[in-house]
Amino acid sequence: MTAAQPNRLPQGGRIDRTRPLAFTFDGKACEGYAGDTLASALIANGVSLVGRSFKLRRPRGIVGSGAEEPNAIMQLGEGAAAEPNVPATQVELRDGLVARTTRGWPGVRFDVGVINDVFGRMLGAGFYYKTFMYPRSWWKYYEHAIRQSAGFGRAPDAPDPDNYEHMNAHCDVLVAGGGPAGLMAALTAAESGARVILADEQTEFGGSLLGSAERIDGAPAMEWVAVTLARLRDHADCKLLTRSTVFAYHDHNFLTIVERCTDPPETFREGTQIGRSGVDDRHFDDGKPEGRRGPSGRDQPGEHDRRGGHDGRGAPAGRPHRVSNAAGRHDGSAAHIRERLWRVRAGQVILAQGSFERPLVFCNNDRPGVMLASAVSTWINRYGVLPGRRAVIFTNNDSAYRSAIDLADAGAEVAAIVDSRRGGAAELGSRAREHGIAVLEGHVVSDVAGRQHVRGISIARWHGDSWATVSPTIRIDCDLVVMSGGYSPAVHLHSQAGGRLAWDETRLGFLPTESRQPNVSAGAGNGSRSLEECLADGLSAGKEAVSRPGLKGTTVVMPTVSASAENPTEALWRVPAAKDPDRCAKQFIDFQNDTTVADIRLAAREGYRNVEHVKRYTALGFGTDQGKLGNINGMAVLADTLGKAIPEVGTTTFRPAYTPVSFGVGAGESVGELYEPVRKTAIHEWHEAAGAPMEVVGQWHRPWYFPRDGEDLHAAVARESLAVRNSVGLMDASTLGKIDACGPDVVEFLERIYTHDVGRMKVGRCGYGIMLGEDGMLMDDGVLARLGEQRFHLTTTTGGAASVLNWLEKWLQTEWPELRVYLTSLTEQYSTFALAGPDSRKVLDKLGCDIPLDRDSFPFMNVRPAMLAGMPVTLFRVSFSGELAFEINIASNLALAMWNKLMEAGQRFDITPYGTETMHVLRAEKGFVIVGQDTDGSVTPVDLRMNWLLSRNKDFLGKRSLRRPDCLRKDRKQLVGLLSPDARTVLPEGTQLIEEPASRPPVPMCGHVTSSYQSAVLGHPITLALVTGGRARRGEMIYAALPERDPMPVEIVAPVFYDADGQRQHV
Amino acid sequence: MLLIECPWCGFRAETEFSYGGEAGIVRPADPDALSDAEWADYLFYRRNPRGAHRELWNHAAGCRRWFGVERDAVTYRIERSYTLNDADPAGRAPGSESGTEAHRRSRVGSPAGDGDTARVRSGADAKDDSTANAGAGEQQ
Ligand SMILES: [Zn+2]
Repeated sequence: MTAAQPNRLPQGGRIDRTRPLAFTFDGKACEGYAGDTLASALIANGVSLVGRSFKLRRPRGIVGSGAEEPNAIMQLGEGAAAEPNVPATQVELRDGLVARTTRGWPGVRFDVGVINDVFGRMLGAGFYYKTFMYPRSWWKYYEHAIRQSAGFGRAPDAPDPDNYEHMNAHCDVLVAGGGPAGLMAALTAAESGARVILADEQTEFGGSLLGSAERIDGAPAMEWVAVTLARLRDHADCKLLTRSTVFAYHDHNFLTIVERCTDPPETFREGTQIGRSGVDDRHFDDGKPEGRRGPSGRDQPGEHDRRGGHDGRGAPAGRPHRVSNAAGRHDGSAAHIRERLWRVRAGQVILAQGSFERPLVFCNNDRPGVMLASAVSTWINRYGVLPGRRAVIFTNNDSAYRSAIDLADAGAEVAAIVDSRRGGAAELGSRAREHGIAVLEGHVVSDVAGRQHVRGISIARWHGDSWATVSPTIRIDCDLVVMSGGYSPAVHLHSQAGGRLAWDETRLGFLPTESRQPNVSAGAGNGSRSLEECLADGLSAGKEAVSRPGLKGTTVVMPTVSASAENPTEALWRVPAAKDPDRCAKQFIDFQNDTTVADIRLAAREGYRNVEHVKRYTALGFGTDQGKLGNINGMAVLADTLGKAIPEVGTTTFRPAYTPVSFGVGAGESVGELYEPVRKTAIHEWHEAAGAPMEVVGQWHRPWYFPRDGEDLHAAVARESLAVRNSVGLMDASTLGKIDACGPDVVEFLERIYTHDVGRMKVGRCGYGIMLGEDGMLMDDGVLARLGEQRFHLTTTTGGAASVLNWLEKWLQTEWPELRVYLTSLTEQYSTFALAGPDSRKVLDKLGCDIPLDRDSFPFMNVRPAMLAGMPVTLFRVSFSGELAFEINIASNLALAMWNKLMEAGQRFDITPYGTETMHVLRAEKGFVIVGQDTDGSVTPVDLRMNWLLSRNKDFLGKRSLRRPDCLRKDRKQLVGLLSPDARTVLPEGTQLIEEPASRPPVPMCGHVTSSYQSAVLGHPITLALVTGGRARRGEMIYAALPERDPMPVEIVAPVFYDADGQRQHV
Repeated sequence: MLLIECPWCGFRAETEFSYGGEAGIVRPADPDALSDAEWADYLFYRRNPRGAHRELWNHAAGCRRWFGVERDAVTYRIERSYTLNDADPAGRAPGSESGTEAHRRSRVGSPAGDGDTARVRSGADAKDDSTANAGAGEQQ
């Protein structure tokens, strides 16, 4: 054993001793080998203290070797690349890794919070609920202090620099778990001709076989694994995914897998490129350097130097930040993907995720140096690491005897096997004795000595009563306690899929029974105990999954395993101690959440009966644990305390995710500029060149205002709106929704949709139209233009374009299929400009238009096809500003040319481009509402004084609702205008309106401000508001409630502030 | 994520579809003739069964057709998809066994004895054409 790695065995394990890797742990330089996990390397380096417990601040060491590890929760990397809350057992060791403990301040060896342990008696179940409840106003201070001291790692302080991606896949059979049962099932399915995906969370397939000395077909079990993998690779339709956790089981056999693909960097493969089809990507097997080959044998494009400059997570430093598109990076090379989310739709699912070994619940069972038996075998057999020199094994079943033998074979001294069962183990018992190991049957470990590390144990005779006291008679010095309380099947995915669980009294665990979705469980996760049972179960699950037409059936046969008889596991949920259960030293059930036997008993005493309530009161199974380690022991102790059977108490609900999943992989490629589509009009580049800030409206980027000479928003808007009122302005309104509606029944259809008499509109006429939901509330508005007897052009709001089309299509398809109407969206095919202002006609005249534009030939609210500057357009005499105005519809490919012509022709009239803000001010001066700003889904057209639009001659959607009692209330909120006496203050939109300035809370509110601007043409602010019974209250004063100010009086006025009789648009 | 069969395009992921609520809510032919309670029943009340549910789906990111789906609201299992042409006016799938018993619903404050009288068809029925035949069946 080397000085650098004092606990490393001289040989053995699946590590590569020719490839030493340097890493740091809490700043201390350490060394491990390729193939190590961070946990195995820490043990090799003699690190036994890896954190402080959550609540009591007790020193803690590594307990398990897999996803169940509760204590060694690490902070990896630094800065933007920091990753909190990763179990060290699931971190592949890599060169330059920076790992820190997440809990314990200022350090794990001396923690100020340790005082909690001394006064731990006060920190029982529900402590936080009880203590920090009162006074309520102090909670913010409590919360701060609790969060400070209960840290579970620190969030990164900058955006994640790594890349992630999503992949979709389909298969006949998805096998979750690549241990003996999963491999057997996958082989059976693949040889039957099924498309198979086999996913396993570890770096290598093999599952429990990776850490065991068992044999298959007369050879070490891993040789069988290698042969099986070779056979699977011969099937083109078999995908093998390692480092891939199936973490959630959704509806209709849709499952999600997270694949950790860039760790360590040496395993970077062609298969990790963005955009590459994942089908038949079979080079995920062993993490060895040859994994870099691609199936086509091509060289790696754009290889990065992934050996130097790592940031602690294997991500190369200094590379471009983000992919620019789904096909690759800015430089065209393959992007470096850190994690990949597989979204898999499977015909059948085989759940072979194995089982979790249970701890035994004895006094001080959380001391560093107390480990699970399966973990100890894994350290020795898989990693060549010896976690102790002198060990005691404590068990209630046969399997832990294997760990005793593994320890003895590795050169450790096994002081004793303490077996609670009077009969001890079967064949493994004799084998242990052959190794010279003493076996104490009918005994239990009642306590552990040592604080920072195990120093010894006390042993007592076991009388069969968990709740009595015992007298320890034997003390043994040791530095390692190996415990095994039996195995709990990992039923998480079965449960997530809606499957039921049943308690098995002989196997002492909840086993999967009825499935709700097409899945079958196999192996240890299905209650199998021996290797032989697991393989046989995998074979039958594979056969079951492919027992349907079209597949050829299988010829796979069972391998031979030397089966050894085992004695049954004994139920031993709480180990008795020298004192009674509520006064003895702490007996931990859930290490991560510091839940003890006494906590569960306290919860039961305080009246908690339901297991879901006890879970929340005691925090049992919270955090990353999610019921992996302590669940069954906790249920059993609760059942005992309540005097019930375990199945009566039941188990808690399993929810996704099975293991923690990063936010990054959830977001996938949908970050930065790929977060949301960006819609640009045909004039976008012109707007940008003009320096217009953009406003995002329903994914459209619209120019907000066009600042000139350093103007701010207010100065620019004042100038733009005066230009429209006094000369002419030009706005890009292309984002308006545009729908072509035609067909023999189009009039009948639009009559039912819109509230006014559509049929009365003559060809060439426009009309303002609103549509209501069936509840009578205003849904959208726009202009209908009748282009022909059977053709209308409809406009919608920018944000409503898609939903209005959906609405129209739904009625046509589901309710009125007999109507012959055809709808086509033209929103992007046509661009729209609003040319508004007293000089607008002059601009068109100057450009040259082939139709007469004078007031009598082309009156207000008319539409004409025309040639303008030699280009075909549709001209609408509509106005959203109240001025003489034309809307010009033109094919989008001609739009920029037309825009430039208009700007040029308008030069002598000082034509002014204006943005959305000015548009808003102009329409508010006229009292025109914006759907979604002045309305919110609870506003009827009557509330908006739009009665003139409601036809009495026909039915239309929502009409009947306008007679509902609620719509007839006199105190409905109605649209009004507000003016402030000071003529200065622009009320913030959303300001609440109240009746009395001096009311005491709670103050009744009588409305709110919906639109509010400074009007340049009027020289004072204008406000639109919804006010209770507002229309009848003209001239009354109410008050605007303003933050940090006294309520301000405002006068209710009519909601039209400028040109009230509408003369200006008719000229 | 559900796997839904569009009658025109085949099986597709749920993300391609949008949901349209309970199927078979027929718009009254003459809303004006309805009491407030009857109108409210059409407008607001839905069956929300614990079990088999007939509902509308739209293949929004595909062919954009509306169609019916029979889905179990507890297990989410989909029994079948059907085109609206094949459905009877109450939105039941062709050959559906669930019949009028399952379709009957409680009504709040309704003066009408038969829950389905308000659910006569507009449009097709109002027009005297052949597509109204299904509606006639409902009224028998
Ligand atoms: Zn479709």
